[in-house]
Amino acid sequence: MNTMTETARRTSAPPNAAASEIAIHCNLEKVFYGDFLAVRDSNVAIEKGSITGFIGPSGCGKSTVLRSLNRMNDLVMGFRFEGHVRFNGQDIYAKNVDPVVVRRYIGMVFQQPNPFSISIFDNVAFGLRLNRFRGDLDGKVETALRRAAVWDEVKDKLKNNGLSLSGGQQQRLCIARAIATDPSVLLMDEPCSALDPVATRRVEELMLGLKKNYTIALVTHNMHQAIRVADKTAFFGVDISRGGRTGYLVEMGETEQIFRDPKEELTRQYVSGEFS
Amino acid sequence: MSDQTLFANDSGAVELPRLKRSFLEPRALRNTLLTLGTWVAAIIASIPLFSVLYMLIVRGGSRLKLEVLTEFPPAGFELGGGFGNAIVGTLVMVAIAALISIPIGILAAVYLAEIDPKSRLANAARFLAKTLTGMPSILTGVFAYATVVLLTGNYSAYAGGIALAVLILPTVVLTAEEAIKMVPQIMKDAAYGMGCTRTQVIWKVVLPTGLPGILTGVMLAVARATGESAPLLFTALFSNYYLSGLNEPTASLSILIYNFSSMPFENQIELAWAASLVLVMIVLVFNIISRLFGQPRA
Repeated sequence: MNTMTETARRTSAPPNAAASEIAIHCNLEKVFYGDFLAVRDSNVAIEKGSITGFIGPSGCGKSTVLRSLNRMNDLVMGFRFEGHVRFNGQDIYAKNVDPVVVRRYIGMVFQQPNPFSISIFDNVAFGLRLNRFRGDLDGKVETALRRAAVWDEVKDKLKNNGLSLSGGQQQRLCIARAIATDPSVLLMDEPCSALDPVATRRVEELMLGLKKNYTIALVTHNMHQAIRVADKTAFFGVDISRGGRTGYLVEMGETEQIFRDPKEELTRQYVSGEFS
Repeated sequence: MSDQTLFANDSGAVELPRLKRSFLEPRALRNTLLTLGTWVAAIIASIPLFSVLYMLIVRGGSRLKLEVLTEFPPAGFELGGGFGNAIVGTLVMVAIAALISIPIGILAAVYLAEIDPKSRLANAARFLAKTLTGMPSILTGVFAYATVVLLTGNYSAYAGGIALAVLILPTVVLTAEEAIKMVPQIMKDAAYGMGCTRTQVIWKVVLPTGLPGILTGVMLAVARATGESAPLLFTALFSNYYLSGLNEPTASLSILIYNFSSMPFENQIELAWAASLVLVMIVLVFNIISRLFGQPRA
């Protein structure tokens, strides 16, 4: 049932390229959890080889939109939406598409570090073994741990349980696990919110390093993180005009432009800290 | 605190509070009495346990020799003898019970916790399991008699094992369900995020992570089955020999204790004590194993 083809995933378009390749084109007209309209009118394009940040106040639907990109919302009861999400041109919600396969191409890192209760090595090798990787497992694991900037800290204790690490190390382990299979796109849902500032800084540096090889979409509640790390930024707002809290895309553009010279008034208010 | 003021008196000066503890003042007295009370209650609650253990060790220990563990049960006026066949019988029937109830119990728990927790089947199964944990153990014996013994036409270790399995199955299901529910949702999210199917999430993440809890529940259920006598009364019956097959009456420690302790012979009564001690030791071993495996790895 696999209609996905493995295209060249690591073409990093030079920043000033006229037409950057779009990895995921997401057009969510309406997103419902049961009867609750969670998100409306959000049209987001994730460019290859760049970091796209989703910012906005709480309840604005940025996590919902992110999770729609790899069909993680399928696990939530009552989820349905109108619109389409295209990955490399293919509709990932088409009838004959297997969500399991989609998630092997589009990886995810969560807010809470969540390594499995197995050894550090087995955590990173998990995805590789799941995909029946036949090759140098040790090499792949080491590469992933190096790219996640945690190799030096764990290289002597690869057999230790993943949960024995500190919070920041666990999160970097989860990043290593997610990138070990070289996914086309990496979705990160507030990956630093459970970490202290030092660990946060390390993960941000790691994200900038990952940009060479991976496309990243990042949800963050921290505007400064978006400024530091994101190439493009999408600002989501909350619409309370119809009774409930419905999120929607207010504005999207180059990070510099969003923060220096926002086009929408709401954006200007948010980035200047008038509300959060 | 009537003597101590924290506030200024009429002349504006503040009296220094007396901070020393007083044992006679009502709150402190209540505190001490209640603490003593809980202490005494704990000791009283431990007395039966320790006295049983003490009696077992003193009266059973003297008879506990190697031959007791290997020889056959003595007849009426015989001296000597042992209960080796009863030990083997108990272990065999508990093994049958475990082999039946553990796979079924764990898979049922997976259904209740993961596959469809809110379905009518799940709710019914959970309710039945909870009710049946309190079922009188003799009823499982009756059930196994009516099904296995009458069907096969003879008393057997199978029947005894099945009776024990029916007895412990509800407990295994419920404790395994709890252990599986304790696996954090974020860990399952991580597995789904890596592209696992639901089956893979269960086999690769949920069950391995929940295994310590599952094993604890299983071991405790098995420990209970080891000591039960009522389910074996008319299923496995008893035998004075080692079993040569599973389709024949089989000795068990619990039935041996039951039989021997009501006999008017000193020899048999001594053996009953020794058998009780051995039974307790086997249950102790199971409990220790369950604690060893019950430590979550982290």
